[in-house]
Amino acid sequence: METTTLVSSGLDLQASFVDTLQGLGLSPGAARLLWLPLPMVTVLVAAVVGVLVNVWLERKISAAVQQRIGPEYAGPLGVLQPMADGLKLVFKEDIIPARADGLLFTLGPVLVLVPVILSWLVVPFGQNLLISNVGVGIFLWISLSSIQPIGLLMSGYSSNNKYSLLGGLRAAAQSISYEIPLALAVLAIVMMSNSLSTVDIVNQQNGAGILSWNIWRQPVGFVIFWICALAECERLPFDLPEAEEELVAGYQTEYSGMKFALFYLGSYINLVLSALMVSVLYLGGWGFPVPVEWLAGWLGQSVDAPVVQVITASTGIVMTVLKAYLLVFFAILLRWTVPRVRIDQLLDLGWKFLLPIALVNLLVTAALKLAFPMAFGG
Amino acid sequence: MTLASTIQQLCFLVLAAVVVVGALGVVLLPNIVYSAFLLGGVFLGVAGLYLLLNASFVAAAQILVYVGAVNVLILFAIMLVNKKENLAAIPGLLLRRLLSGGVCAGLFVLLLRVAFTTHWALPGPLPVGEEATIRIGEHLFSDYLLPFELASVLLLMAMIGAIVLARRDVYSSDVITGEPVDQGLIEKTRTPLLIDPSAATAAGAQPLLETTP
Repeated sequence: METTTLVSSGLDLQASFVDTLQGLGLSPGAARLLWLPLPMVTVLVAAVVGVLVNVWLERKISAAVQQRIGPEYAGPLGVLQPMADGLKLVFKEDIIPARADGLLFTLGPVLVLVPVILSWLVVPFGQNLLISNVGVGIFLWISLSSIQPIGLLMSGYSSNNKYSLLGGLRAAAQSISYEIPLALAVLAIVMMSNSLSTVDIVNQQNGAGILSWNIWRQPVGFVIFWICALAECERLPFDLPEAEEELVAGYQTEYSGMKFALFYLGSYINLVLSALMVSVLYLGGWGFPVPVEWLAGWLGQSVDAPVVQVITASTGIVMTVLKAYLLVFFAILLRWTVPRVRIDQLLDLGWKFLLPIALVNLLVTAALKLAFPMAFGG
Repeated sequence: MTLASTIQQLCFLVLAAVVVVGALGVVLLPNIVYSAFLLGGVFLGVAGLYLLLNASFVAAAQILVYVGAVNVLILFAIMLVNKKENLAAIPGLLLRRLLSGGVCAGLFVLLLRVAFTTHWALPGPLPVGEEATIRIGEHLFSDYLLPFELASVLLLMAMIGAIVLARRDVYSSDVITGEPVDQGLIEKTRTPLLIDPSAATAAGAQPLLETTP
């Protein structure tokens, strides 16, 4: 609202695209219709490429942690290894166990993957560089991520295997327990920025560059959110649903081929998405550590000049991705250095520790917002 | 008819079909797990209808509460107690089914009559769209404050009741049946998983964890 009028509109690809097509004699409706699939396909491709990068990073970093070399023959430094992994899964035979429930068995992985991809709808890479600036923004992400446990329960149940069923039930219990502190941490941020929209949340943090990022105002919320995001992604130390030593592979035990690949893809897309959300909520999203407007001012350039707009937009994308992959790096490092917690410790941590802390954090934020409306978005 | 309104009509038809067919499936399917999964589909369809009515916040809340919490808990309960058992034959099952079917049909006719005789204000008030979140918040803290607070008291009561029912160790007899509580079900103080070997051998018991032989 107030903030959006202050910040320059930046690069608006949709407006330019629609204008160009209208210049070619198309109606505004048809031009918009042609525009619609473009950002969706772009983001989908970006998400899948992000997963490939992620898998390569996981292999290389885990190798470094264990003093190995890791993949090195497939392409330079083994960068093509994730492609080889993916191709292998495509060519594997797709097996449905004889006593399994075929319909639910097929539907389960789809229900796990689709909500994660839908959530990319609200990830902003710049002022206008997102698929849709929906008003409910971050709330849409929270509610979509709550669909996932149904898919996990479905695949766990339909596999007709006790390890799968236990894995599915654990996944659902874990997801429900960690969603509450996660939502409370997000609520504190929303309270400070007076909006659910991801674009407004980032704009509210970019007044004074790195100093105005939410991590300084919400350090406790940042830690709570990061722990809960790792638990929602089922990353170590919280990968109880697929704990190899206890449950073979949890709900994925009976899956192979492309159906397994869907789970694999879903979990990595979710990790990248969670890292992006952390960078949007706490690390200033697309913001450069020094505001780009200041830099343009020092160089004597207008912010609205086309060249400056393109540079600003590119820096925004690079910053968002850089912050997200820094967090992904930490997640991978955590995975290969920290042991797994027990299921009772996991639920105790969620309900008896994170939930009260998140509530106190929310109350303190509300009090600070009333006491110092200047610093806490009054 | 413009492109947008055609797509809106199509979406409405698909969503309405999903909701109606799904709801019928929930009631009629013999497998309770299928019913529970279909219930999730019905909730998602209803969320889609809210979205068509420009109520995106209500749609997101519908997904979060009904699909993410209620339906997952239903599935959880079903899967934890999903025992195969043959139910005892109920006498006069056909008559019972006919009677309940008749009651449902009567209710349906009544609702149809209400739907067709009511004077609906069409078109309704302008949708507020993205402003909805703010408007809902204002209403919850002004004219709907009392129902809002009463709902939270109700939830608190349900929560305390659930805790009392689940923690049977505070009672020596079952709350519902009055029978003495099965002592095996009462939670013991947590037994340590790693027994201290020196203490265990001192007590004359076999140590559970052998270190190097």
